[in-house]
This record gives sequence, C-alpha cells and structure tokens, in this order.
Amino acid sequence: MRSRTLSRGLLVLLLPALLATACVDEPGGGAGAAGDEIKVGLLHSLSGTMAISEVTVRDAELLAVEEINAKGGVLGKKVVPVTEDGASDWPTFAEKAQKLISQDRVATVFGGWTSASRKAMLPVFERNKALLWYPVQYEGLESSPYIFYTGATTNQQIVPALDYLASQGKKKMFLVGSDYVFPRTANKIIKAYAAAKGIEVLGEEYTPLGHTEYSTLVNKIADAGPDAVFNTLNGDSNVAFFKQLRGSGITPQTTPVVSVSVAEEEVKGIGPENVAGHLVAWNYYQTTTTPANDAFVKAFKAKYGADKVTSDPMEAGYNAVYLWAEAVKKAGTTEVEAVRKAAGGITIEAPEGTTTIDGDNQHVAKTARIGLVQADGQIKEVWSSPGPIEPDPYLKGYDWAGGLG
Amino acid sequence: MTWGRISLVACVVLLALAPLALSPFRLGLLAKYLCFAIVAVGIALAWGRGGMLTLGQGVFFGLGGYAMAMYLKLEEAGPGGLPDFMVWSGVEELPALWKPFGNPVFALAAVVLVPGLVAFLLGLLVFRQRVRGAYFAILSQALAAAFVILLIGQQGLTGGTNGMTNFSRFFGLDLTDPNGQRAVYAITALLLGAMFLVAKLLVRSRFGRLLVAVRDGEDRVRFLGYDPAVVKTVTFTVSAVMAGLAGALFVPVVGIISPALLGIVPSLELLVGVAVGGRFVLAGAIAGAIAVNYAKTLFSEDFAEGWLYLQGGLFVLVLVFAPKGLAGVVDSLRHRWSSRGRTAPTPVEVAA
Repeated sequence: MRSRTLSRGLLVLLLPALLATACVDEPGGGAGAAGDEIKVGLLHSLSGTMAISEVTVRDAELLAVEEINAKGGVLGKKVVPVTEDGASDWPTFAEKAQKLISQDRVATVFGGWTSASRKAMLPVFERNKALLWYPVQYEGLESSPYIFYTGATTNQQIVPALDYLASQGKKKMFLVGSDYVFPRTANKIIKAYAAAKGIEVLGEEYTPLGHTEYSTLVNKIADAGPDAVFNTLNGDSNVAFFKQLRGSGITPQTTPVVSVSVAEEEVKGIGPENVAGHLVAWNYYQTTTTPANDAFVKAFKAKYGADKVTSDPMEAGYNAVYLWAEAVKKAGTTEVEAVRKAAGGITIEAPEGTTTIDGDNQHVAKTARIGLVQADGQIKEVWSSPGPIEPDPYLKGYDWAGGLG
Repeated sequence: MTWGRISLVACVVLLALAPLALSPFRLGLLAKYLCFAIVAVGIALAWGRGGMLTLGQGVFFGLGGYAMAMYLKLEEAGPGGLPDFMVWSGVEELPALWKPFGNPVFALAAVVLVPGLVAFLLGLLVFRQRVRGAYFAILSQALAAAFVILLIGQQGLTGGTNGMTNFSRFFGLDLTDPNGQRAVYAITALLLGAMFLVAKLLVRSRFGRLLVAVRDGEDRVRFLGYDPAVVKTVTFTVSAVMAGLAGALFVPVVGIISPALLGIVPSLELLVGVAVGGRFVLAGAIAGAIAVNYAKTLFSEDFAEGWLYLQGGLFVLVLVFAPKGLAGVVDSLRHRWSSRGRTAPTPVEVAA
C-alpha cells in the first residue's frame, strides 16, 4: 500500500517539475527587434475547418516577408516569421497571440480570418498594447486602436454590392447566411439599406456553419421569387447551396446570387460549373489588371505551384506585411505606438491598386469590385468604384444606417 | 510521514512556487491545465470508479463557464448596459434569462446547481432505465453535440460561435494585471486541491466501495438490496459539478468561453487525458490531464504545421502499451523492482 503511494506521488510530482523547468522564460529581444532580426508572428488556422482558407493567407504573407527580405529587409534587419496554429479554435487564437507577444516578443502579428477569431484576439492585443493586422473583409462596427484592418469593411464591399443590384433594377431580395456574427450583422445593414431604398426583403434564412442540406431553403427561394439572392454563407455550405440551387432550375439570368465570402479558392471547391454566371463582391480578383498584380500572381505561382489561385483575403494579407514594413520604415522603429502614429497615410501600389491606410480608424481605402464567376473558375470584373472608397466601419456617412452601431 | 504524503506535500509546494518561477503567460497556461485537471478528477470518479464512460463532460464544463461568463459580462457592461455581443447581434434589451445573472450569488449558485441538476435529471432518467456502457456514452455525446448547436443558434443570447470574451475583472481582481492573474491561479490550484480531497474522501468511504461494486457487478449489488441507479446518479452529479466549477474558473483564467470548448472533440480530449494518466488513480488522472494539455502546448508551439499527428501518436502509444495509463506503468515498474515481493494490487485499490 504505502510504497505504491510513492510511485503515484512521484508521478504527480514529476509533471509540475517538468513544467517549471520547461517554462522558464527564454530570454527575448526588445519589441521583436533583437540584433539584426525583426520577428513577426503569423497566426492562422493550419488545422481544423478554417485551414483550407487560412493556409493560403499565411502563404501569401510568407511570400511578402520573403520579398521584403530579398530587398534588404526592414531598417536593414531581416524579417523572421514565427508561425503558430490557431487550430480553427477561438480560445487557441487568444492563447497563441499571447504567446507570440510575451514569449517570442514579436514586433507585430498578422493573423485571423473569422470574426470570432478576431474578437477572441482583440482583448489580448489591447491589453498588451501589441499590434495585429487582420486581412479579411468583415462586418464593421469595430475599430480597435491595436488592430489594422486590411480587408474591406461593409461600405467597401456590401454597400457597393447593394448599389450595384439597385442599379440593375432589383427590387426583391432574399437573404441567406451562415449563423454567426458576420452574416447577421451584414443582413442588419442590408435590411436598413433596403428599407431606405424601397427594396423588399422577401426572406432571411440562417443555417449552421458546415450545414449541407439546402433543398428546403432553395424551395423557399423558388416560392418567394426574388430578383436577387444575397449570400453570406461561409465555407463548405456554399458547395451544397450552389449545387442544389442549380438543380432546382434557378438560373443566374433570372435570379443572380451575390456572394461576399466566395472567392477564387472557394469557386474551385464549389465547382465553377455550379457558380458560373453568379455575382461576387470583393476588392481584388486574380484577374485584376495592375502591374503589381501581374508580379504578385507570378510570384505566388512560382513559389506554391502553377495550379494555385490568388484571392482577396490572400492579397489583403500580402498587403498587410508591406503596409507594416512601410510604416516601420517611416517610424524608424518597430515600437508599436510609433508605428501606429506613422501608419496614417501610408500608401502602397498593391495588386488591387492604390491602397492607403486611414490613420483614424486603421482601415484602408479600397476600390470596390463586382465580379462575375466564369466557367473556368476565374472571376471577371463587371463593375468597379471610380476610385478607392474611404473606410467607414460605423457607416456614419450613410443616413439610412443610423442606429446600426 | 509516508512517501505518498511527502510527494503530495512536494506537489503542493511546487504549485505554490509556480507563480514565482513562471512568467504570467506560462502561469496562465498552468492554470488552464489545472482547470482541465479538475474536470479529470470528476471523470476519474465517474469513469474510473463508476464505469460510466461519459463523453459529454464538455456540456457541464460549458454550463458552469457560461453561467460565470454571463455574470462577468453584466459586471463589465455596468448597470443598464448590454454585453458587447448583444449590441452587434441587434438585441435591444437584456433577455429575461440574463437578468438574475447580474447577482454574483445567483451566478455562483448557478455554476454549481445548473450542471449538477442537468446531470442529476439525466442520471435518473438513464440509470433508472438501466442504460449503460456504450449506450450511455453515445447519449452523453449526443447531448454535447445538441448543446453546441443550441449555443450557436442563439447568438443574441449566448454570443453564438464567438462565445463571450473580453473580461477584465473577476470579483474585484484585475485580470489584466499579473497579480490578479496570480490570484486566479491560486484559486484554481486551491479548488483542484479541494476537489481532489472530496474525491478521495468519496472513494475511501463506504459509498466509494459501493460505487466500485456497482461498476464490477451491478446486478449483484441490486440483489444485495442497494439501488445502483442512485449510486451512479450521485457520482455522475458530483463529476458534473466538478466540471462546472472548472468551466467557471476557465473563464477568468483563459478569458474566453465559446462553443468550441464544449463539443464532442473537447469532451473526448478531456477523457483522453484521464486515460493517459490512468483512470483508476485520482492522482494519475490529474497528472494525465496536465500532461496531455502541456504536450498540446509544447507540440503546437514547436511544430505548428503537424503537431496534431504528434499529439495523436502520443495517445495511441500510451493506450496501446499502457491500457491502465501512466499510473499503471509506474505501478508495474515498482512491482518489478519491489524487493518485498507482495502480490500485485488490483487497480481499484485505494492509495493515499
């Protein structure tokens, strides 16, 4: 009896001891700039449901880091990426963000995709006064002093898409979305817009993330007979939705679907034949014609394979690294407050065109683009805003949007 | 002083010294592991001692966590304020379900009573019907899946997929400050100690022996005039309360509660920790939970690309070569070396 307790006691003893010895802080440099290196964190899901989307963004960010290093780095120092896996799990995103900040002492972090992951990371960055660059279009109504948003906010993606539909004479809309914060907030905005512009919303339906049974919903759409469907479904659900929509005989000619979370990568997964002819709203396509984009697409294919496509979130992640590098050069240091101060007004010629950081809300001015999905899986631009649209995350500049935030 | 006592004291000393040796970030992680260890104590009771393979401990963890998070969110919003996620979700006024959670006493009571009550009712229904083994396991797993779907679907009420985050205060402690974090760690470590003692007392009592008897021969126990359903329901309820308490502490420790923590996979991970450590020995279950979660941190930090394979490989190795977990390995090694040559003990025997 007694001597057996020894072994068990030892077992319990062993682990905290291991913990204590293993976890003693490694000495870190000051603010990510130790000696001739600058560490930056790349925090995306490399496993779990979001990995398919987020790995591509991480790849684009790595490409940007490589290109910057090839040109001599930042402030004469080499940029060293530290990769962590957010594992499609929001608490893990928060934990890894804290790890990058306090253990690795990175100068900044590029990361996240879902709004849930951003909301989980936000308190970590605000409390540590550290910097996050978030690369995906989102629902707006946020402006953290420690986050730079390089994807579109609602007035750079959703509102232009609505304007485009209105200009096409669409009067009756049906809303379909995944059940989480982005679609719900987006639809709140869409309904406010519709009420002001005399557009009728015939239905608003949500399905859980990962849902794949859309026959009921497609029947509802067919019965309602809208002019257009506004689709905020995310991820795999789009595959089932578009297949079943096509099967029911609803065509893009009579009822176009406008999607805001379907880019080149997703079109590949859905099967181009199922989405061809429907509309999408983004700020960048692989087909966007700028000198910077030619170089970007070529470099990406050279590094990751000729069959790879580029998409809006990837491009926004790629831009984020360049924007941060420019801000650091202007500030002359990687120190967070100095970089934040220097960031306002920073402009780069990005693949999507001229991109400028707004110093007040830390979003970027972006050109809105409506695209038509082609049979080959690429997206053809059918309309674009005359120039970059200033970011307005709280939609203050739109009288119909009063009381949303 | 037996060796067991000495090592127990040494463990306590180590846990007490941890705040001095570790950075606030690492201490926070250790506190998180201890939360999972509290759940593990409950699983070791229900599964190791009682033979109830519970695949849904995430539900009770979540109920406790959400009850605590609701109170903290209301505290954060201030009087008359709405929690931040309700504002995004378009909720205009505080739902009735939330109102009582503004009271800390109610919230703390809910942390214990809600998981306990759910487990008690489920236990009565299931064990009275003599549902056992795999059927009980599947039922508890289905409960976890349903619970997650419910939470995600009620975004205005629960924060949906995001869950709830951004807590800065915990009963007067400042969670953004290292001292506040140390205090939360201390509370977690003390609670783990308390749960360990409760479990120990339970295991050593007549009730504990009855529980093992139910596990090993339910029908015989029934013929002896005891009601196995009562024994199992009480144990299951105790294990659920432990999970609920762990969930409640998880909120200030990690700063977030979301459906991602409560589904089938996290519930299985909790179970795997216990299996790796050794489900028949309370201390083994605690050690296993800490070890598995520590390994997860270690692997994912060092091999961000393929850490899941390492983690999976570790489970497979342990469960193939040591079905009784690490505690079983230590036991058999000791017996090989033991010069006294006593007979090998049964795994259910109680150790200090």
